[in-house]
Amino acid sequence: MPMAADDIAGMIQAAIPDAQIEIKDLAGDGNHYAAKVVSESFRGMSRVKQHQTVYAALGGRMGGVLHALQLTTALPN
Amino acid sequence: MSEDVQSRIATLVGDNDVVLFMKGTPLFPQCGFSSRAIAILEHLGVAYETVDVLQDQEIRQGIKEFSDWPTIPQLYVKGEFVGGSDIMMEMYEAGELAQLLTDQNVARPA
Repeated sequence: MPMAADDIAGMIQAAIPDAQIEIKDLAGDGNHYAAKVVSESFRGMSRVKQHQTVYAALGGRMGGVLHALQLTTALPN
Repeated sequence: MSEDVQSRIATLVGDNDVVLFMKGTPLFPQCGFSSRAIAILEHLGVAYETVDVLQDQEIRQGIKEFSDWPTIPQLYVKGEFVGGSDIMMEMYEAGELAQLLTDQNVARPA
């Protein structure tokens, strides 16, 4: 059961309220997305921690129903 | 994850300076993210080991628990989890991956 871009964005927003989120559908199959998440809350976190925070927001769907999410995280400039 | 899988993973991670848990092999990567990770390691010219998780379902699931990271590939340098394909790319482009290898005294024969 693939995921919709809005669902992905919604979950991340719920868990990281100040996040600015861009989602790109890479393949049109609901399974391959690229996401950029910018949030002040990432400050001081390692890249691994930042990505783990986003994965946690997706509640274990990462690697399951959501096969491929090319993720970039960043701090606001 | 069983004790046995945990210790097998710890050995794989501990015994190799650079090890990539991937889908497939360097010559025949079975997933875009894995082949991108291999390309990065090739560009860095570092010697590395790979583990084809498609050949071992226990390792495939166990490694995700081991690092608390939900996807494959996973890169380990000197026993430390570095990241998946995205983080490898971000670090590589920022020169941080080369720096990490230097900092960790990992030989780069190229």
